[in-house]
Amino acid sequence: MTTPNCLGNHDHQSKELSQVLVLEPPPIMKLHGDQFLNDFQLLKAWESPLPLDQFLSIHAQSVKALLTPGRYPLTKNILQLIPSLQLVVTTSAGLNHIDLPEFQRRGIAIASAGDVYSEDVADMAVGLLIDVLRKISAADRYVRKGLWDTKAEFPLGSKLCSKRVGIVGLGSIGQEVAKRLQAFGCRIMYTSRNKKPFVSYPYYSNVLELAADSDVLIICCGLTEQTRHMINKDVMLALGKEGVVINIGRGAIIDEKELVQCLVQRELAGAGLDVFENEPHVPRELLTMDNVVLSPHRAVRTPESLTAMCEHVKGNLEAFFSNKPLLSPVMNI
Amino acid sequence: MESIGVLMLIPMNSYLEQELQRRYNLFKLWTAPQKPQFIKEHADSIRAVVGNAFAGADAELIEALPRLEIVSSFSVGVDKIDLAKCREKGIRVTYTPDVLTEDVADLAIGLMLAVLRRLCESDRYVRSGKWKKGDYKLTTKFTGKTVGIIGLGRIGMAIAKRAEAFNCPICYYSRTGKPDTEYKYYPSVLELASNCQILVVACSLTAETRHIVNREVMNALGPKGVLINIGRGPHIDEPELVSALVEGRLGGAGLDVYEHEPEVPEELFGLENVVLLPHVGTATVETRKAMADLVVGNLEAHFSNKPLLSPLV
Repeated sequence: MTTPNCLGNHDHQSKELSQVLVLEPPPIMKLHGDQFLNDFQLLKAWESPLPLDQFLSIHAQSVKALLTPGRYPLTKNILQLIPSLQLVVTTSAGLNHIDLPEFQRRGIAIASAGDVYSEDVADMAVGLLIDVLRKISAADRYVRKGLWDTKAEFPLGSKLCSKRVGIVGLGSIGQEVAKRLQAFGCRIMYTSRNKKPFVSYPYYSNVLELAADSDVLIICCGLTEQTRHMINKDVMLALGKEGVVINIGRGAIIDEKELVQCLVQRELAGAGLDVFENEPHVPRELLTMDNVVLSPHRAVRTPESLTAMCEHVKGNLEAFFSNKPLLSPVMNI
Repeated sequence: MESIGVLMLIPMNSYLEQELQRRYNLFKLWTAPQKPQFIKEHADSIRAVVGNAFAGADAELIEALPRLEIVSSFSVGVDKIDLAKCREKGIRVTYTPDVLTEDVADLAIGLMLAVLRRLCESDRYVRSGKWKKGDYKLTTKFTGKTVGIIGLGRIGMAIAKRAEAFNCPICYYSRTGKPDTEYKYYPSVLELASNCQILVVACSLTAETRHIVNREVMNALGPKGVLINIGRGPHIDEPELVSALVEGRLGGAGLDVYEHEPEVPEELFGLENVVLLPHVGTATVETRKAMADLVVGNLEAHFSNKPLLSPLV
């Protein structure tokens, strides 16, 4: 009997290797192939000609571990087809694709990306902020169009040092952003679900008050029911006409329609966005603005991060299959 | 009292013009149909010259202004001023250090991030609609890369401090080693370039530092190396830079300055591993105002016989 390709290459060894279900290929596979997971038998659902629910019913009944890159929503319906599931390992920085209460109810453990990506995402946030304030992308366009003339002045930018930076969400990413911007002389404040005990930055219990006291807001939190459209018109108006918003979280944390209006009506000075509500769609008004910088959701896409993520995924799977504590368990749901 | 004539060489800042106009008899050289004629006509009353990074008091101008007492530059770089001639004639020279240090250092890091993470290129990718057809490719991580700094003065140190927050190991080349710092010193730019991944020019332009980044240095920096220039265009051998980038011997470049501003080599326009800025190192509202106040403050101090605020000569 021939085994279909999607059940793995190690035919004679397949009984010894632990099975890991993969619904769609994570980016680490594009870079490293699946060599990094030589120690596991990958059940690659996307390579099967069968529709997903049939594939799962036939092949995934005893699967305990699932590896997900994060685009496919992991809902109750999927879970019903993987009754033995005990662990999900996600390579996405966010958890919004996972029905967390349902997972908790079923006692399924979740291994997150941990802080593998935090430096790259923080670098992107700082890069976008400097670009917006100093008009780097706009100036680069200007030069390439042949418009530079020493008599006509390119518009002045705004100084980064001593800007009041409000960080929304002081998790691993938020803390890396804060550490970097402090070195530029920025004044850091933050809001978070809970005040962080060993942090000296001023804490604000709500984002509206934080915005009122900030020149810049950097969105570093995850997308949940509570944070959806948390950055609304009131928050943006509180941030003010000189205010800048940087989003490296999830598009839906900001009310995108209101953001566009505020920018069009100059209620906000600028924005740097790596994420949008309906990717890859970007509101057309933004496409011609010089005071925004647009990035195609690439904050974590460096070879260095992908390689580190391979090791991290492997580490979590090995821990699980040898009954050891996960490297990056998601605790408070 | 006779009003003091101040010659401003090119437009640089309308707030500065305003403030000079209020206090002095301001002559705007760029408005003159015939510059030598204009200078001759007003030479008797011109006691101060205000220049910047693009235009300064060279030997010819100094000779044409017998009553010149002070040159106040709206810049920290003074390579356009004939300093030797000023010293010879007892002419004071002031510049604008410190107030612009942070802006220039911020821009240096901004350029590093923009080049390594392809911020300008991926912004273009979104605006052109390409994102709808497919994801943008991978870019290179900045955190942890070794940063080599040529010139560890005020600006070089400010760049180092910022890069350290990204866990970048710092090394440098300077005319003399700086014993107070813990950064690794290399006795030549070539050795520095061989041992870092991002090389940034942050020294002043002098006869010794012209073309300090040459073909050899760029080859040593290599196909994965990135060159950042926030100093002066002539620090880098520009034709060699262009061929190194076009041929892939150099990994990328972030440039704020060029040998013959505002000319930028057009071969660079098609490259996605370069970021090109129109000499905006100090171009923020806040810093230009601080620089203008310093220029005016220096002139006021001089003409009321008080100590200069930021003298160079």
